[in-house]
Amino acid sequence: MNIKVKTDKLKLWYGDKQALNGVSLDIYENKITAFIGPSGCGKSTYLRCLNRMNDLIGGVTIKGKVTLDGHDIYGVGVDEVAVRKKIGMVFQQPNPFPKSIYDNVAYAPLMHDMVKKGKECDALVERSLRDAGLWEEVKDKLNESGTTLSGGQQQRLCIARTIAVEPDVILMDEPTSALDPISTQVIENLMTKLKEKFTIIVVTHNMQQAARIADYTAFFHLGNLIEYSETEKIFVNPQEEKTEQYITGKFG
Amino acid sequence: MFNRNFRESIVKALLITASLITILTTFGILFSILFEAIEFFKMQSFFYFIFGADWFPEADKFGALPLFAGTFYITAIAMLIALPIGLLSAIYMSEYATKRVRETLKPMLEILAGIPTVVYGFFAAITMAPAIVEFFEMFGFHVSFQNALAPGIVMGIMIIPIISSLSDDVISSVPKHVRHGSLALGMTKSETIIHIVLPSALPGIISATLLGISRALGETMIVVMAAGLQANMTWNPLETMTTVTVCIVDAMTGDQEFSSPETLGAFALGLVLFVVTLSINIVSVYAIRKFHKKYKISNL
Amino acid sequence: MDNYFHIPQLAKRKAKAKRFKYIAMMALVASVAFLAFFLSDMIIKGHGAFTQTYVKVPVLINEKTAKFTHLAVDRKEYGFMVSRAWLRGLKNTLKDTPEWMNTNKERWTLANSNVDQFIKGKYNRLKPEQIKKIEQMQKDGKVERRFNNIFFEKGDSKIPEFSGFMASIVGTIMTMIITMLIAVPLGVMTAIYLEEFAKDNKFTQIIEVNINNLAAIPSILFGLLGLAIFINFFGVPRSSPLVGGMTLALMSLPVIIVSSKAALKSVPDSIRQAGFALGLTKWQIVRDHVLPLAMPGMLTGAIIALAQAMGETAPLIMVGMIAFIPDISTSFLDATTVMPAQIFTWSGMPERAYIERTAAGILVLLGILISLNAIAIYLRKKYTKTW
Repeated sequence: MNIKVKTDKLKLWYGDKQALNGVSLDIYENKITAFIGPSGCGKSTYLRCLNRMNDLIGGVTIKGKVTLDGHDIYGVGVDEVAVRKKIGMVFQQPNPFPKSIYDNVAYAPLMHDMVKKGKECDALVERSLRDAGLWEEVKDKLNESGTTLSGGQQQRLCIARTIAVEPDVILMDEPTSALDPISTQVIENLMTKLKEKFTIIVVTHNMQQAARIADYTAFFHLGNLIEYSETEKIFVNPQEEKTEQYITGKFG
Repeated sequence: MFNRNFRESIVKALLITASLITILTTFGILFSILFEAIEFFKMQSFFYFIFGADWFPEADKFGALPLFAGTFYITAIAMLIALPIGLLSAIYMSEYATKRVRETLKPMLEILAGIPTVVYGFFAAITMAPAIVEFFEMFGFHVSFQNALAPGIVMGIMIIPIISSLSDDVISSVPKHVRHGSLALGMTKSETIIHIVLPSALPGIISATLLGISRALGETMIVVMAAGLQANMTWNPLETMTTVTVCIVDAMTGDQEFSSPETLGAFALGLVLFVVTLSINIVSVYAIRKFHKKYKISNL
Repeated sequence: MDNYFHIPQLAKRKAKAKRFKYIAMMALVASVAFLAFFLSDMIIKGHGAFTQTYVKVPVLINEKTAKFTHLAVDRKEYGFMVSRAWLRGLKNTLKDTPEWMNTNKERWTLANSNVDQFIKGKYNRLKPEQIKKIEQMQKDGKVERRFNNIFFEKGDSKIPEFSGFMASIVGTIMTMIITMLIAVPLGVMTAIYLEEFAKDNKFTQIIEVNINNLAAIPSILFGLLGLAIFINFFGVPRSSPLVGGMTLALMSLPVIIVSSKAALKSVPDSIRQAGFALGLTKWQIVRDHVLPLAMPGMLTGAIIALAQAMGETAPLIMVGMIAFIPDISTSFLDATTVMPAQIFTWSGMPERAYIERTAAGILVLLGILISLNAIAIYLRKKYTKTW
């Protein structure tokens, strides 16, 4: 198995407050890795370190190393914009752009000069929407605003625009927490399909979701990585007492 | 003693009466202008008033077209200054500035907004106009001391804070997650602002622009002090031209009879100003409502 | 450098992003630079008016010159430097200082504006021999610049060196008293009705929309209303603080209503519910519990409205408040001028000596307005509670 993303003793401070206490973790290619833990445990913070979204917040200090295919994403001369093209992200709140469905998907590839306007771009938009399982629902209204779609459709549109940039890794920050159970199931099925092409890392507040879809699961607590292994192992036979307590609902 | 319910209804009646004053004011303005304007149109042709090109009250000629043209021309100069500077200032304030810079600069823009228009007028007439004359005469242009450029530029400066503070509000209220969506696709910050944030805030920015235009159309002191009195239809900003508000002030400060056509003509001009600014305001309110609906912002 | 993360054209896009940020910053710098330029322009133009030049010249006072005071100073020698206003006022001066009678002594007299402006280095309309004389007197210590108490004690005058700003300051105070007495109660009551009592129906919606429209109506049209209704219909005296104050009150209403509504809205509902639970009526709750909490917010709004009304000129011109007012008025029904109107009148004067006074008037007005706004900001900061 290929290690796609590797972090080494990653530490993060918001001002003087330390939020991550040295997390070392290997994430494998074409797998779904889930991060679980009580709120405030650092799982989302850690996720945002993986595509340098924390750079946007003032007063954040990051130490340690994050590599993608062995290349340091915080390395000298590495631009965070370029990093984010390779490591995409889907957010908790569906956030389609105030543009048409077509432009939502075409926006980034065109800006990145990946395709030319016209046929080439049309094909990419269709392919991305198909991969996101949205094509059949929107193919007749590509010019309508992305904000007119339902919540679940909006989230799939956000996934479609992320995969249109052809990243290696997709980060998902609680992608279904704002959705109803049926939309959630559609997205979960989509994720298991997408892992054939991409490496997926998902933060979830929902342990069952991790159990259903993740190949690997990491349990975070108070800024520490407590336990990380195959999902089955974590849920059936946790090694750490804290993990067991969390999984059995003793705290959360 | 009165019982509680009775007293309660008296209080309520008083409060309703107070609220009615605001309605009364609007109708007061409308009717006081309307009645005198009707008197005016009994004497003068409405058609010539709107489309006539000669404004010589002394010669009983009331073609207000050059006044409208002058008003719009100076407003256009003002917006050419205010819109880019105001909008870009708002973008810098809301997107780039650190909290400290923001906290020092915001009150400064508020000071700019609080400067009385008579002060801007003095500045336009005493400092700006001579400077413009001097500058353009270096290149051999003939420039009037009462050119349209000086009041236009100063009016633009006056409107900058109106545009910037309203735009700042709407730009800041575009949700963060929309920006992050774009940044996470590998877009630069400026690409995100130009392609995602500004289109999202567009209805609010349109609303701010309309409000600025409405302010410029109705602005009086700057043009009274720095623009001319001569009705003049020209494209040359270095020539003198006059505006609707200047003519209103001119008619009211003269020593004509109240019922003279010149005074009544001022009310007719006032009516046009009222209708135009009110319509612009209604469109502006509609635009900002649209923005609120889109992001379900309840109060702004 | 690691080429693994590579996007074609990224360098170009990054440069564009930098340029955009730079342009936006320049726009903001331009706005602030203008403010700085503007303020310094006013200070440079206006600071001179805070002092006034006095010259020491022989003043002959006898029976004849006490009657015809313009003869008290040697016309040929000193006539060009002494203010006509000072000579005219000599009669009154003699009443206070009878011991000046039948003397011929050098006395400090108010300088003419030409000499004053020359001394201040503003402009020069003096003849070369006059300049020589003034310079000689300066060497002899017979020219002095003193604090300009005329400016802060007197009203307008056709003689620049004798004109003052005080009549307009008093006029502004009187006008603002009327404005606030009308606008604050009406505005607060409207806000209470809309926020606490009214149900959300067509009637209240009309009022809300109307308040918004009222705020957007050009100020000059309020002047037309004042003229047509207050003066022509109700017969309120023209140019009086009463009519000016009433006109400005209507203009201030939207500002006061909007800020009072916001202040009431910020009082949490739990306080009202607690009152209801005690069996209080709505008005009792509002009066005793909601209003005191909303007070600082309302006060802030009232101060901001006051500052706005204070700088307003156009509607006051319509109701005739640009009259020439040499004396400080004492009645709400007398013809009066206000600060911005005085600035407007002075700025239209042909004598260049008025420019300095206009700019000084502007400095005084801006000083008051900025202080008022500072107070409002302080109050807002101090009393902003997060419930």
